[in-house]
Amino acid sequence: MWEAIESNRRRSRWIVAGMAVLLVLLGAAVGGAVQPRTGPVFGVGAALFLWFILWLVAVFQGDQIMLLVAGARKIEKSDAPQLFNVVEEMVIASSLGKMPDIYVIPDDRPNAFAAGRKPETRVVCVTSGLLKMMTRDELQGVVAHELGHHKNGDPALMILLGVMMGAIVLLADVFLRGTFYMGGGRRSRSSKDDSGGLQVILLVLAIVLAILAPVLAQMMYFACSRRREYLADASAARFTRYPEGLASALEKITVQASGGRKANRVLAPMYIVNPMEALAAVGLFSTHPPTTERVQLLRSMGGGVGYVDYDAAFRKLTGKGVIGSRTLAEDKPEQARAAVPEAPGVAAAAPDTREQIVERSREVTKMMGRLDGMTMMRCECGVGIKVPPGSTWPSIPCPRCGRDNPVPGK
Amino acid sequence: MGGAIVGVVALGIGLFVVLLIIIVAGMYNGLVRARNETKNSWAQIDVQLKRRHDLIPNLVETVRGYASHESKTLEGVIAARSQAVAAPTVDAKIAAEGQLSQALGRLMVVTEQYPDLKANTNFLALQEELTSTENKISFARQAYNDAATTYNTRIETFPSNIIAGNFGFKPEPLFQVQDEKERQAPQVKF
Repeated sequence: MWEAIESNRRRSRWIVAGMAVLLVLLGAAVGGAVQPRTGPVFGVGAALFLWFILWLVAVFQGDQIMLLVAGARKIEKSDAPQLFNVVEEMVIASSLGKMPDIYVIPDDRPNAFAAGRKPETRVVCVTSGLLKMMTRDELQGVVAHELGHHKNGDPALMILLGVMMGAIVLLADVFLRGTFYMGGGRRSRSSKDDSGGLQVILLVLAIVLAILAPVLAQMMYFACSRRREYLADASAARFTRYPEGLASALEKITVQASGGRKANRVLAPMYIVNPMEALAAVGLFSTHPPTTERVQLLRSMGGGVGYVDYDAAFRKLTGKGVIGSRTLAEDKPEQARAAVPEAPGVAAAAPDTREQIVERSREVTKMMGRLDGMTMMRCECGVGIKVPPGSTWPSIPCPRCGRDNPVPGK
Repeated sequence: MGGAIVGVVALGIGLFVVLLIIIVAGMYNGLVRARNETKNSWAQIDVQLKRRHDLIPNLVETVRGYASHESKTLEGVIAARSQAVAAPTVDAKIAAEGQLSQALGRLMVVTEQYPDLKANTNFLALQEELTSTENKISFARQAYNDAATTYNTRIETFPSNIIAGNFGFKPEPLFQVQDEKERQAPQVKF
């Protein structure tokens, strides 16, 4: 039922085809500018070869590289039971079938992403900052959004498009640099045969294409990425039956996510909110729709949680639909569920108490320490002590009361 | 000449039959897939209910250690659990599991009065497991309903309804929310 987000599939195929045409045209033009007769064929071949190489790297190493760059650590259920449970719940709700691997990035800015092209290599990654900040319902909303990406096949599509965009940018860049550095020499040499006029035309054409193609490719890529964010939001509401969870999580994230130290432009579309610019103006070159708009959409679903309700909210805001008609026809209306109160006597909609936030932070910090191989000790006076791995000290004096604390296992 | 026409017609009919068989086989396989998905989702509900049964003895023991004079509530949970485990029919099972949910809800309300219990790490871990299991039960029901709706729609709509009728595909029942109260709060409240 959910894989029938049909019209978006078709739209994505058009974008992939458009990118492929752009890549071939650019290859032909660049080749033609170098050598008018045999060049275009050679250029197309080179462009496709470049694309193929990038694709191989992305497919076989992409996820690992990405997780490595981000400094992610894989967790098991015993490390973070709640996170693990929430992912399990959403795997059931989305009927994805197979549990993805769960990674945590040690980073205090809250964020999350989904990666992995095939069911066996699916990954859901969250930052430690996200775990510190979110209530259970909010965490569920974020995880549901990421699994929504998996359900809709987004990581595979975005890798394919990203690689094509990369090939176009790289080819255009190499050509433009080459033209500026040695353009003069080549022109004088080619004027010796009679195709000089044709070559100049081809050269101008190639330069124009090399400037325009990367821009066009990026516009297509980002348009696709933005649309997929809306769809994942709609899926999250559908899976959790609680749009408010994701809405309030997004609100919290936006305030905090700005200025990503480790995030970079290539990884940006993968995250739940754009880590590069938290409140950037949305334009043709933003990977994510503005978060305020996403929150507003989730909150104007009128008590429903179906794709129908999300589409209606979207239509009201923008005048256009966002979800394919077949999906809408097969969807049945569902009511939102009630919030799960976090603590006795505290309404779920109420903000966290200070104690809850402090307690959650402490738990997450301890977990990250354990993942790093730290030994956790507590002095009798109540001070917590972290012992780094490989430490040779047999005991550590408490910084507050001076008591000697023996390190276990030493 | 006449032979050629007969040949063309025979070829046409042959192609038509082959095409028909391919279409029918495709629809049949699609129905089987949808039915299997429905069955898998149903099995997932059972897995989660079983998990809840397994959690309860541990939970009851932990609570008993701190709140021994709540034995009436604890007995209620144990009784509801054994009824749910022993329920012979699907209907009886649904009713018994509903009872168990309510008994657990009462137990969790009672535990609010014991701050020592609420600070016990073992209890907190069990509480998280129970919350998650309750969530998983309701999400599994939801996934079952989604799968069953897709399957039932295929059985009822043209052209797959012809194949469904001939090969004996029966619609699967949907979970109905029992009453308005349960709709409001499907989870155990802590």
